[in-house]
Amino acid sequence: MEAPLLHLALVGTPNSGKTSLFNALTGSRQKVANYPGVTVERKEGFFVTPAGRQVSLVDLPGTYSLRGRSPDEEITRDMVLGRTPGEAVPDLILCVADATNLRLTIRLLLELKNTGRPMMLVLNMFDIAARRGVSVDVPKLSEALGVPVVTSIAVRKGGIAELLRRTDEIAAQEQSPVGPNRWQPLTASQLRATQREADRIIASAVSLPAKPDTWTARIDAVVLHPVAGLFILALILFLMFQAVFAWAQPLMELLSSAFDALGQFVHDTLPEGLLQSFLQNGVISGVGSVIVFLPQIIIIFLFILLLEDFGYMARAAFLMDRIMGGAGLHGRAFIPLLSSFACAIPGIMATRVIDNRRDRLTTILIAPLMTCSARIPVYTLIISAFIPDRDVWGWFNLRGLVLFGLYAAGITSALGVSFLVKFFMLRDYAPAPFMLELPDYKLPRLKSIAIGVYTRAKMFLQRAGTTIFSMMVLIWFLASFPTAPTGAQDPAIDYSLAAIIGKAIEPLLAPLGFNWQIAVALIPGMAAREVAVAALGTVYAIEGGKEAADQIGHVLATKWSLATALSLLVWYIFAPQCASTLAVIRRETGGWRWMAVTFFYMLTLAYLASFATYNIAVALGAG
Amino acid sequence: MSEQTDIRTSQPLGLAKRGYSGVIQHLAVAEAASALAGHELESRLIELGFVEGARVEVLHEGIVGRDPIAVRVENVTIALRRREAMAIIVA
Repeated sequence: MEAPLLHLALVGTPNSGKTSLFNALTGSRQKVANYPGVTVERKEGFFVTPAGRQVSLVDLPGTYSLRGRSPDEEITRDMVLGRTPGEAVPDLILCVADATNLRLTIRLLLELKNTGRPMMLVLNMFDIAARRGVSVDVPKLSEALGVPVVTSIAVRKGGIAELLRRTDEIAAQEQSPVGPNRWQPLTASQLRATQREADRIIASAVSLPAKPDTWTARIDAVVLHPVAGLFILALILFLMFQAVFAWAQPLMELLSSAFDALGQFVHDTLPEGLLQSFLQNGVISGVGSVIVFLPQIIIIFLFILLLEDFGYMARAAFLMDRIMGGAGLHGRAFIPLLSSFACAIPGIMATRVIDNRRDRLTTILIAPLMTCSARIPVYTLIISAFIPDRDVWGWFNLRGLVLFGLYAAGITSALGVSFLVKFFMLRDYAPAPFMLELPDYKLPRLKSIAIGVYTRAKMFLQRAGTTIFSMMVLIWFLASFPTAPTGAQDPAIDYSLAAIIGKAIEPLLAPLGFNWQIAVALIPGMAAREVAVAALGTVYAIEGGKEAADQIGHVLATKWSLATALSLLVWYIFAPQCASTLAVIRRETGGWRWMAVTFFYMLTLAYLASFATYNIAVALGAG
Repeated sequence: MSEQTDIRTSQPLGLAKRGYSGVIQHLAVAEAASALAGHELESRLIELGFVEGARVEVLHEGIVGRDPIAVRVENVTIALRRREAMAIIVA
């Protein structure tokens, strides 16, 4: 008979190395979803123990206590207590501690013991601790705490063997040692008493080196220096944006020519007609024009995950706290806002770490102004079609500079909006506290990062395969029907539904310099920003007929003026062109109101800014 | 005031300069003009390891108004604003 699925849950303080342990245990067998009714990310993974037992492992949000201050922390508390409807009570709780930094985790573990659930303490990063001169008397610690203690090195092959072996042992026990749940929210004096108890246990079983981590101290001396630190932060951001543009280029060209070749192959193989047009213009040039941007998405996530894993993100929040405070933002908003450079959806979801509602609301309102990766396809397409590829001031690339400028414009406007919100809407409030652990620096765990990037890339491709694909089919249909009457002089697309719709909206967008092709691309672009690129690809491919094999960028360069191109770039800084982001805002703020506010303020900004850009550019002779 | 608090040398951590090191005497959450309620601030400070007897050292200061500060508490580094650090009385 097969043993039932064993449910394990990972609990730990933030920065305890939970995620890398999770990745080491489950590899790529992960399922990311939400808990029902709330937007807390639910990460579950699966593995098989040496004894052949099937295990499901849930990675619970990091927390310092079970008080449940935020939606994230409530999930951790309810899961541990078995209060979450539809979720199995964990058979075993793995309490993860960074072996170099036991103090806060041991206190959490003492609190967890009151729940009566079977538990095991995992001393993660045990090799680093040993190298730093931390020596842990594991049997003594286990005895003092009354729970099994294992050591692990999540980054090393075989580093989790003991953890697996002990899991098997505990699972094999006839009766699982579940005790009564005596947990209650702790008062301040009880918290204080548990911390003292934790300190006493640590003093008896762990010997700490006199000196803190010298590398962290040395790096922080520079990185947290008031002046040098800010300079380094700016440099890192600048490097990130140059990399997104420059490093990804060869790969993107490779992908692009592969799709062109595929389209040409379909063109040559199939007889002329609807099927040929659908596959070549609808599917391949549409979906292909989005997949081409995969390298850039990978690079931006790679940077964000590397910085996070290295321990830099908390430092960035420290450096930016007061500076962002000037614009009415909380230091903790820095991480959600930085994540919004990848995608506003995880960014807005990450605002849950901000426990003050007003601070959180301000951050949610401006997160969509951060340049998300879905804008990159639009930006790169237009920049490479209109901005000459040359060096300025020796070693800056002009295209990279324009891209940097677009990012900077997004950030500046976000700070401006936040300042206005603070000034006009939320005047009477004391700033919420900023309290954050600055973890010791760790060498990024490459496998863990690879898994993180892989998960993100997969999500992007799934989107390309579903949302973007179905939008492309729709666009192709609209652009192909009704067909041109026989003997028509104009391109066939001029008789299509797409042209009819586009021309109907055109008067509204004409002051911005947009033609009807842009108008028609902006509508499906509401589903996802990058769809606009694909839609332009399809519209111009159908219109272009024989030039269909040409790259879309070359086509645009001949069809648009520079003023139109600049105007569209500016439009994309501000426009609320993402239905999913708006949906997440509605869900996270619990109503339509803030979603509507976001939509209209962004639309207004976009219209005004594009209007100004177009007219100034025309006045300067770029029309 | 408890007896072990020496009036001459004890001060709020919120006023300490970079390089200051000392030991936490007690938490005085009423002293801090924090947006948090007193018991909530107290719980959070304890959760981050700010308990009586813990050694603290001010490691770094921010650029604007020397705020926030990065404090070594035993072997953990915590960033917080001076406003909340006013609740931590050190000597």
